[in-house]
Amino acid sequence: MNIAVLTSELALFALASLVLVLDLILPKDLSRRSLGYLAVVGLAGVFAYTCTLYGRTEFFLPGIFTLDNFAVFFKQVFLLAVGLSILFSFEYVERLAGYQGEFYALLLLALCGMMMMVSATDLLTLFISIELMSISFYILVGMNFNNKKSSEAGVKYLVLGSLSSAAMLYGISWVYGACGSIVLGEIAQTYTATPAMLLGMSLILTGLCFKMAVVPLHLWAPDVYEGAPIPITAVLAMSSETAAIAACLRVFLEAFAPLQGYWLPLVSGAAVLSMIVGNVAAIWQSDVKRLLAYSSISQAGYMLSGLIAANAAGVKGTMFYGMLYVFANVGAFAVVTAVQQNSGASTVRSFSGLAQRAPFLAAVMLVSLLSMAGIPPMAGFAGKLYLFTAVAEQGYLWVAMVGFLMSMISVYYYLLVVKAMYMHKAEAEEPFVSGVSLRLAAGIGLFFTLLLGVYPEPLAALSTIAAAVLW
Amino acid sequence: MNQFPLLTAILLIPLLAIFILIALPRKAAQQIRSVAAVATTLPLLLAIYAYVTYDFAVGGMQFVERIPWIKDLGVSYALGVDGISLPMLLLTTLIGVSAVFSSWNIRQRSKEFFVLLLILLTGVAGTFITTDLFIFLLFYEMVVIPIYIMVLIWGSTKRVSKEYAGMKLTIYLLIGSAFMLVGIIALYLQAYPAGQRTFDMQVLAQANLLGSLPEGFQIGAFFLLLLGFGSLLSMVPFHSWSPDGYAGAPTAVSMIHAGVLKKIGGYGLIRIGLLILPLGAKFWAPVIAVLAVGNVLYAAFIALVQKDLKYVIGYSSVSHMGYVLIGFAALNVTGINGAVANMFAHGVMSALFFAMIGFVYEKTHTRHIPDMGGLAHQMPHIAVGFMLAGMASLGLPGLVGFIPEFTIFVGAFSVYPVCAVAAVSGIIFTALYVLRLLANVLFGPRQEKFDDCPDAAGVELVPLFVLGTAIVLFGVFPQLLLGMINSTVAPLMPFFSQLHEAAPVLIGGWF
Repeated sequence: MNIAVLTSELALFALASLVLVLDLILPKDLSRRSLGYLAVVGLAGVFAYTCTLYGRTEFFLPGIFTLDNFAVFFKQVFLLAVGLSILFSFEYVERLAGYQGEFYALLLLALCGMMMMVSATDLLTLFISIELMSISFYILVGMNFNNKKSSEAGVKYLVLGSLSSAAMLYGISWVYGACGSIVLGEIAQTYTATPAMLLGMSLILTGLCFKMAVVPLHLWAPDVYEGAPIPITAVLAMSSETAAIAACLRVFLEAFAPLQGYWLPLVSGAAVLSMIVGNVAAIWQSDVKRLLAYSSISQAGYMLSGLIAANAAGVKGTMFYGMLYVFANVGAFAVVTAVQQNSGASTVRSFSGLAQRAPFLAAVMLVSLLSMAGIPPMAGFAGKLYLFTAVAEQGYLWVAMVGFLMSMISVYYYLLVVKAMYMHKAEAEEPFVSGVSLRLAAGIGLFFTLLLGVYPEPLAALSTIAAAVLW
Repeated sequence: MNQFPLLTAILLIPLLAIFILIALPRKAAQQIRSVAAVATTLPLLLAIYAYVTYDFAVGGMQFVERIPWIKDLGVSYALGVDGISLPMLLLTTLIGVSAVFSSWNIRQRSKEFFVLLLILLTGVAGTFITTDLFIFLLFYEMVVIPIYIMVLIWGSTKRVSKEYAGMKLTIYLLIGSAFMLVGIIALYLQAYPAGQRTFDMQVLAQANLLGSLPEGFQIGAFFLLLLGFGSLLSMVPFHSWSPDGYAGAPTAVSMIHAGVLKKIGGYGLIRIGLLILPLGAKFWAPVIAVLAVGNVLYAAFIALVQKDLKYVIGYSSVSHMGYVLIGFAALNVTGINGAVANMFAHGVMSALFFAMIGFVYEKTHTRHIPDMGGLAHQMPHIAVGFMLAGMASLGLPGLVGFIPEFTIFVGAFSVYPVCAVAAVSGIIFTALYVLRLLANVLFGPRQEKFDDCPDAAGVELVPLFVLGTAIVLFGVFPQLLLGMINSTVAPLMPFFSQLHEAAPVLIGGWF
């Protein structure tokens, strides 16, 4: 047993507890923003620590919890996503009715769950970490007590999420019954292509697909994304989805690799359908949060297509995309937060005239949306190129074709937002206010989205190294 | 070899200017446009310098720069110009300067306007001077979004709304580029085995000789590229974005779009389609030739009945692109020479046309031809510009349009006599609509209502001067242009003869 492997998770747990305790100790009328600062600083510290973890392969207990490059890369993705989301939402969180300490603590616990997910190498640890993440999110989604939609979203997420967890747990039991093990490496050795095994495998896939919101298990996403507090929407889109995809990569490439012939059609079907449905359905959305929800469904489809290639290049593509997706989403959601605070709504109309009221934020929104659409020189283009080259190389040129066509279609609805920002006149006259930390987060998103688009080499090299450990 | 990174400077000067513009206050209109003017004039001077000092004796790519960029994809930041890209670069910078000066009187949100304009110009220049396919794609798609925003803010709503025009233009180009991307990825994967893959165009051009690109693959990949570049070049039946888009766009965007952006389509077909996928080009050439005749005649007929000035020139540019396509389809030295030269010629004259239309619209607030007449009385300078552009457009000898068209017909006649004859007849219709336009707008009795409209004066004359000089200079000394192009195309002679001697393709030689 090597407890040091768990250092970053334990640190997060301690941080979450500290936030909770401080929330109790601090005088009632004192601003709780310090808790947010504490969380961000803590996350920055953990992030710095994880940078030293590359290059190792260590186990907590053999076969249960692994710390390898693959896990570290995704841990950093989640740390960045949550840290930057907290950074742009101080003001927003202050407006939520009370419970700020709980908000930050639960968010950190959800992050802890995600970080465990990517390290889990047996199905039960995986399940437990998914539950840690999900249960925290059930509460967080419904945390906007002033808003009926938020409560509705919370309940919806709870009910549907529990169903999918149940399905997954049921699947795990079938897999255990079929091959007598829940450790990924052992499953790969003792597998048999019996109906029991295949049923278990597809139920596990169902559970994971629900978390990543790919078609046909996406129906919860738009309502939940719309109702949840904006930072939670952002974290759900950026990291909960990515965490499920990362877990999916590990489980299917390590445990179920020999059964590729069975799951590959399912995965490619889900990925392609997500690209199509997500992008087409987004066209009719008038709320930017809902629009981003549908867009995230299609992004999950792009990322999942890395699994179709089922090789190091595909996994690398998914990892690269996961990272750049964080930066694009941080930019977009920071701007949505600012607009929501200034106009009280996040409809496309409320973005009117943003280019003149807040040119910097409008530029951030523009660049982030174009990155999601994959227009060069934004990072999304390089990401899609890596993904689809890997997929096409395995003979799935049609997937690449659908992917590129759909990303061009997605430009249409992104441009509707751009049109509102740049062409329409502002409806309100008063000056646009946005906090320094929000602009900082937006600026970080903008900078890295452009940098990775023009010079993707360092991140590409890093994700190549990280993807190599699965082989 | 020249040590000064000339081509990088051409790209960086506008980028630098963008940062200066962002730092300037919104109200400083005079400073903003001066910065933009400097940022486009310097690249023009550099491009002229490159054009003059290009060494014919050495040939090939010159002013080469190469920095490894993304190693795992085989991308390098590689720049270089040869006889095909230099005229295009010169054209871009010529039109860049003219576009800035013809937008001199933009009052509304001028800072954003010039920032977007400079992004646009950098993107276009980049596509012409890079020799790496990845960098080409970066620049290629970089131009689409600024155009959309510019049409939205500064465009005009006439027959169709500017939102519609802008979105149509954007979607057409993006969907086309999706096909092109798939084609390029397939090419990238097919050309070399893993580990040796590269986006370097010159290395990719060797792949055909090595036999790693089978004919069936080339045919498929070229088709995908044709969809992308063809829609950018407004090849029939993918042309309908072009007149609507130009009518909706502000003057500068119409100038750049019709003048150079479209030419990326033709340039891409030659540089990537022909040189990397010659068998594919050979297979599709007959189809392109037929579609080209469609471009020339169909668009000319429609131009005849248009009442909006911009629609006439919009359809005229579709028509002229037909000549480029037919020259390309001939797949011989003469045809390609003519195609490249015609891209340059059409670029200069359509930009001048749109600049003059912009001025007329600015002063008279109308583009409706039946409402105009006798403008030569009030606006002699603008009339000169119109006449120059019009005469070049209908191919008057001594102006830039004549020799390229003539060369194209010479090149195409030996291969597709029927198509060539049909296309030649297009000249008659071109003459018809151009003369009709000039007569109705410029000449006739003096109209009182235009007496208060001032003529173009001061810096507004810069586009007329710059583009007019190019029209006359390259018209009187066509060797300046054709010599340059020929220096790169002529060495391809063995390449073409080999191509024509190659075993008969699946359905070759339809005509």
